[in-house]
Amino acid sequence: MGTLGAVALAPDTYWVGALDPGLREFDIILKTANGTTYNSYCVRGSAGVAVIDTVKESHAGEFFTRLEQVARYDEITTIVLNHLEPDHTGALPELMRRAPQAKLYISGKAQLMLKALVKHDDLAYTIVNTGDHVDLGGRTLHFLNTPFLHWPDTQCTWLEQQGILFSGDVFGCHFCDSRLFNGQVGDFRFSFEYYYAHIMRPFREHVLDALELIEPLPLSLIAPAHGPILRDAPRSYVQRYRQLASPLLHNEIGKDNKSLLVFYISSYGNTARMAEAVREGAETVNGVRVSLYDLQGGGNLPFVDLIEEADGLAFGSPTINGDAVKPIWDLLSSLAVINVRDKLGAAFGSYGWSGEAIHMIEDRLRGLKLRVPIKGVRARLIPTDDELESCRNLGKQLALHLTGNIEHRVIAMSELMNQEQNHA
Amino acid sequence: MPKANVTFEKLGTTVTVPAGTRLIEISEKVGASITYGCREGECGTCMMRIVSGMENMSERSVLEEKVLQENMAGRNHRLACQAQVLGGDIVVKA
Repeated sequence: MGTLGAVALAPDTYWVGALDPGLREFDIILKTANGTTYNSYCVRGSAGVAVIDTVKESHAGEFFTRLEQVARYDEITTIVLNHLEPDHTGALPELMRRAPQAKLYISGKAQLMLKALVKHDDLAYTIVNTGDHVDLGGRTLHFLNTPFLHWPDTQCTWLEQQGILFSGDVFGCHFCDSRLFNGQVGDFRFSFEYYYAHIMRPFREHVLDALELIEPLPLSLIAPAHGPILRDAPRSYVQRYRQLASPLLHNEIGKDNKSLLVFYISSYGNTARMAEAVREGAETVNGVRVSLYDLQGGGNLPFVDLIEEADGLAFGSPTINGDAVKPIWDLLSSLAVINVRDKLGAAFGSYGWSGEAIHMIEDRLRGLKLRVPIKGVRARLIPTDDELESCRNLGKQLALHLTGNIEHRVIAMSELMNQEQNHA
Repeated sequence: MPKANVTFEKLGTTVTVPAGTRLIEISEKVGASITYGCREGECGTCMMRIVSGMENMSERSVLEEKVLQENMAGRNHRLACQAQVLGGDIVVKA
């Protein structure tokens, strides 16, 4: 693989990236069975040369060797950074040293990261947005602002004359094959799906926004920052992103109805009884579909899919050794791959001695950016009729919140603090 | 002691608080979906939108101004961990 030179994608446009076939784990969270690539590209125009993204610092040598095969450093007028994560900017400081005349083009949100990566006092750069372009002479780079795919800074760059989209991490995957092009490399379908599921899925709404910009483009090739270059049927990958970003489950209940999921786990049936009461209370409100799930009877993956589509979530856990139980934490820690911001959340559960689980779950839900407006219900061992009534009320209040029928509440700060003390 | 009324729009809740309270204290107690990072005004995580009543909030400090600018915030944005309520009515988008 070390002998692979710069590879032409089209006349005057080259892949000058690096191969990392030995990598097995990317950024702790992603596995890869055959490594990854850090794709960098070089575009030559009659009036200038652009480098689009760089590579991880450890692979800078390969990158510079390939770049030198297609351009001299003093020819480089333009450096475009579609995404500033270190695997794409590791070689940037050295590239800036070798081509000091080159102008940097970044998205507005990339400024913070750029300043953190390149500690120059007189760092110069140009902020670009959708509609902005750079003319290299017969080759025009247009910028598409596509934030949160998967960082706030991300953008795509469109080479108009050749119909090439330099897409950054979008449409990328961790798959290393020196044959580079999708029609020639091994089967990377799983890697493509896996990458989407872990990197892009939490930002589904932003994917849909980006697709609005990308779909109208007359694409001949997609050049992502990782994995195979998509030369054969590039549009099919755009279509796949559209499918993946659309709701995974058919919405049976209609847009006007809300979905409340009640998850519980119970050692002696007490938390289960409370869960049923939460459901009963919620079901008294029209326009809410309530579903009850025992975590002992299901894996996290289908629940994550359900949660992605739900409007409200309630979690019931006993307290064991001062903590909520592991299946609850397993499920809550699986939610990093979806967006749960602003969903409604609540907790309840039975306990023996201390009952910390409810507060801990509520804190976690807030940490996940859910709204947790209603204090959870705790019951010591077997819930009394009053406590079950509190659970019914919790369910009803959640349903009223979901349907927008909650009465506006006015409360004094001192009362909130008292509630918290009583709760602890 | 002067009071202020802070309404969390999405939550449908108004909290009456003593003047000088930081938004972070109120939003955490009431369960609003404002996320916090450093809690020291540096990371910008708790940036939130004031719907009305900005005149009833403390002035932006130099640090808050810098972080808001870096995050390209509009004039109606504040950092919940820095902004204090001074009195009157304030409505926030949370």
